[in-house]
Amino acid sequence: MTRLFTVVLIVCIGMFGYAPFLIVNAPYESTMGLVQKIFYFHVAAALTMFLSAFVAGIASAVFLLGRRPSMDRVAVAAAEITVVLGFIVLVSGPLWARKAWGVWWQWDARLTSTLVMWLVFQSYLLLRTYGGPGSDRLSSAVGIFGAALVPFVYWSVNMWRTVHPTTNVVPTLDPSMRGPFLFCVLAFFCLYALLLMTRTALETRRAELDALYLSLED
Amino acid sequence: MRNVTFVAAVALLVRKDLVIEARSREVIYTAVLFAIACVLVFAFGFVTEGRAEPDAAAAILWIAIAFSGTLALARIFDRERQNETLRALMLAPVARPAIYVGKLAGVLALLLLVQTIVVPLVALWFQAGLFRHATLVLALLVSGSVGYAAVGTLFAAMLARTRGRSALLPVLLYPVTIPVIIAGVKGTAALLQADPNLAVARAWLMMLVSFDAVFITLSLWMFEPVMSD
Amino acid sequence: MKRLMCVLATFAVIMLASGRLSAWQPPAAQDGFVPVEQLGNEERLPAAPLVAGAYGVAWGAILFYVWTIRRRLARIERELADVARRVPPGGR
Repeated sequence: MTRLFTVVLIVCIGMFGYAPFLIVNAPYESTMGLVQKIFYFHVAAALTMFLSAFVAGIASAVFLLGRRPSMDRVAVAAAEITVVLGFIVLVSGPLWARKAWGVWWQWDARLTSTLVMWLVFQSYLLLRTYGGPGSDRLSSAVGIFGAALVPFVYWSVNMWRTVHPTTNVVPTLDPSMRGPFLFCVLAFFCLYALLLMTRTALETRRAELDALYLSLED
Repeated sequence: MRNVTFVAAVALLVRKDLVIEARSREVIYTAVLFAIACVLVFAFGFVTEGRAEPDAAAAILWIAIAFSGTLALARIFDRERQNETLRALMLAPVARPAIYVGKLAGVLALLLLVQTIVVPLVALWFQAGLFRHATLVLALLVSGSVGYAAVGTLFAAMLARTRGRSALLPVLLYPVTIPVIIAGVKGTAALLQADPNLAVARAWLMMLVSFDAVFITLSLWMFEPVMSD
Repeated sequence: MKRLMCVLATFAVIMLASGRLSAWQPPAAQDGFVPVEQLGNEERLPAAPLVAGAYGVAWGAILFYVWTIRRRLARIERELADVARRVPPGGR
């Protein structure tokens, strides 16, 4: 566990250290120019965020069925990281949009569904923090809804309006841009694995502390 | 009590809720007044020079429904909590899904009752042709309410025993029910145009029905593990 | 003299503010993707600060989050050690 962690940590630091060079050297996109370089972190963070949301949802579902506390810890960790990554996505997105679309925010499918999902996981954390005893089960219901909703929110907002570059941008990407992009996605996945492990370990230690307090009271 | 069937248990629960409500009329009275207050507040935002902006009626109607729905949900489950009747219900020898469906039907009945007052009011105040395609509007309202109440009942029931539930319920409920609100508002707005677009309204209605199916399935599945200690 | 300075300063601030306001145009609603070339001159922002801002926020958020995890872990470890000392060795 710790050995694996160290290896991933070193790989991750190396990747994040090397990423700026790759991004700077990547070719300029013809219509958007320099601002398109936000893409490498923005989309990588967004992909990781969706991954994290599904991890939180699945961990919540497994916890709700089997009542294994370890699953709940993974769910909390994933939910919290979803919120952090969502923050990165929701801030870097408008900075790009300001230049590309001329407005900070558009009510399009991608942006709106990301915002909705971010809110759902914020409320997950809110419920956990302020819900009192028993909120682990309740918040797992929110986590499941949050993950299950993603396609539906996307679908409904897509019918409502859309301007965001569609999903087929990534496969049709210029080969010289695809390399750095995939590199960044991989770097974010590494970072995600690290954060998830650390955050889950934090939750485990907290549970141990609670158990210790309980044994002290007896 | 042991041989209570699913349907009988649901009917019993709905009757119980409606009898309580018929005696006190508290939830319906509060929710209707709150819905009217919502419409009034939003009217200041959407009405310019005496006329409402297009699509405003649909938006205001659904916002009023959603907001007053939260109030009704919170109050209904507050009532259950005061005498620990929710816990007693969970101890009763009936299937847990029956309890959920019973509460859902009761909540739904109250929501629809509120709408019978709010919808004509919005039609009147905003000159909205809500009765031109009455069946479609009715279908949108019913299916929207089902989806909203399905999630709302689950969340309100599980929050009934937590601290700070009155503040947490809307925060949890609104993001999750966004698809229902979008479909409801857009479907109703398509019908309220000068030239009603029936095809668009039907498409949104189909979406609402599919949301209902997903929400109810998920809630039925989750109700038991979430509610049992 | 002091009063005159105050009036002048206020006037200057108002002038500056109104100049700022009239220079700022509310962005027109757009229904599609508009390439930068088609936008008006005032819409052509330098891209570098935006890119730098985006990467700054990404790095800042990640580092801040790692810092909060570290802080929380340290506090729990400290508390754990504290409690463990109070528990008699065979007590658990």
